[in-house]
Amino acid sequence: MTVSAYLLLASVLFVIGTATVLLRRNSIIVFMGIELMLNAANLAFLAFSRMWGNLDGQLAAFFVMVVAAAEVVVGLAIIVSLFRTRRTVSVDDENLMRH
Amino acid sequence: MNLTVVLAVGPVIEFDWYKLAPVVVVLVAAVLATLVEAFAPVRARRLIEVPLALLAVASAGLLALHLAISPQDISGATANGAVTIDPLGLYLQLAIAASALIGLLVIADRTVQGDDAFAPQASAVPGSEYEEQARKAGLTQTDVFPLVLFATGGMMLFPVAGDLITLFVALEVLSLPLYLLSGMARHRRLLSQEASLKYFLLGAMASAFFLFGAAWVYGATGSLSLSRIGTAISGGLTQDTILLTGVVLILAGLLFKVGAVPFHYWTPDVYQGAPTPITGFMAACTKIAAFGALLRVLYAVTPGLEWDLTPVLWTVAILTMVVGTVIGLVQRDVKRLLAYSAIAHAGFILTGVASFSPDGISGTLFYLFTYGISTVGAFGLIALVREVDAEGHMRGQATGLDQWRGLGRRSPLLAGTFAFFLLSFAGIPLTAGFVGKFAVFAAAFGAGAAPLAITGLACSAAAAFFYARIIVAMFFEESPDDSVVARTGLGIGVRTLGLTQIAVAISAVLTLVLGVIPGWFLNFTEELSLLWVP
Repeated sequence: MTVSAYLLLASVLFVIGTATVLLRRNSIIVFMGIELMLNAANLAFLAFSRMWGNLDGQLAAFFVMVVAAAEVVVGLAIIVSLFRTRRTVSVDDENLMRH
Repeated sequence: MNLTVVLAVGPVIEFDWYKLAPVVVVLVAAVLATLVEAFAPVRARRLIEVPLALLAVASAGLLALHLAISPQDISGATANGAVTIDPLGLYLQLAIAASALIGLLVIADRTVQGDDAFAPQASAVPGSEYEEQARKAGLTQTDVFPLVLFATGGMMLFPVAGDLITLFVALEVLSLPLYLLSGMARHRRLLSQEASLKYFLLGAMASAFFLFGAAWVYGATGSLSLSRIGTAISGGLTQDTILLTGVVLILAGLLFKVGAVPFHYWTPDVYQGAPTPITGFMAACTKIAAFGALLRVLYAVTPGLEWDLTPVLWTVAILTMVVGTVIGLVQRDVKRLLAYSAIAHAGFILTGVASFSPDGISGTLFYLFTYGISTVGAFGLIALVREVDAEGHMRGQATGLDQWRGLGRRSPLLAGTFAFFLLSFAGIPLTAGFVGKFAVFAAAFGAGAAPLAITGLACSAAAAFFYARIIVAMFFEESPDDSVVARTGLGIGVRTLGLTQIAVAISAVLTLVLGVIPGWFLNFTEELSLLWVP
């Protein structure tokens, strides 16, 4: 397979992730969409790394994995504390500040 | 191959700790503060955390200043190219440290009743018995300090990042603590938690955009280092679609952080919901850090992409100024109003960035410093205005514009200082805000970006109206007597330990001094910009 196949897959994953973030209403699912976007970026990094024959892209992918893990910790903490307050994780219900 | 062989043949990475000192000091203090949270007894934590945080940020600022004025040339890359130290980066670090220091004073302050801005236990469900017990026991969430230190460390790394990985890591190190801090307000906790969730989901999405953009730029140029990307682009990659896609996605991620239209949706909600001292801290420091990173990325890629990016930046700058001003006109909440004002200001600063000239950069640098300082002061004052009930007990913050009616009679000094900050935001002469605006608009005219400057002037004039509305509410509307104040929930300035007052005094004096005698400082930023732009 050529690099472009991987890039196409990465782009498709990124678009699916973005659509998930913008369209879904459950904040856990929205969060999954964000993780999908990060992994799409990782796949693109790896494909380009292979294409250029240097390791920068693989290095970036490692950093992204670590950062994504930290993001899960923070994100789930926020979502869980909100769920305990309101018994819902729908982003539509987060509308106290709409004037 | 065993490990020793790898170590023997692998490239040696040079860490110049001297140059990295400002960032390292803050991050080490953040780790120490986390350990204090883990091991120190509850009562001692606050006493250790506050001096530790203030000391760390102050010494980071002094180290940056020391490096900047040291006679030997400290410019250059270190840590294998991950960090690029130069006078511009050190200036931005100094500006961030100064704003963060003033912000920390506001964060550390509490009312005479021992009421700080943060929930006694952020994990307790709002309104639950557990929360009430925590409040009665006088618990305080001192984890705020390590979080603020981590955020400050990330911000100080952001404008000196030398490659896209460091840029991404710094972006996350500054953002993740801020997501948490936004959700920790003591009063109106539902709003605060909502702000936290919105900020997190939108911020994480913006980071993903940034990262995907970084991947494409890497694909187009074969490198993640900003300097090598610049070389590759000026070597003739200008028509490359992959590259342009990548750069635009990276810019989207950075423009989100500065709150530029169309990536501004989080700004009003987060500014309103977050604890007020945190709002001030992040409004000032994030803006400085993100504009610093924006300058880095833009000027790394502009030798080849200037013509492609100029229309994008112009559109964003004009939209940002117009949307911030127009929607700001109809706001009824002081924090929300300042959020739209912050959006408009992001547009004014973008005017300086988008003019692609040394004058524009010099104006941007001046504007960032003065705007940061006065924003922290203004939000510090907002944090002091509280509702009181009939027995005279402090309740939540009074941020509604109606609650500010007649504040000038109840708390004249507070209202007067706030009015001064508002005049600076509006760009009235003899304030630093005027000089900053003048510098960026003049640069835009000079660089042939007249439409930007004209939009900016029109928006400034319109924005003066909503600042004036607060001033009118404070000084020219009747203040009912004290019993009515309590019943109608009007705001009144509270007595605190005095840290906020110190912070506000520092920022007011700086705003005044840089407004009255700005020449020396402008010369200084001009020198910086000439050093930096070839």
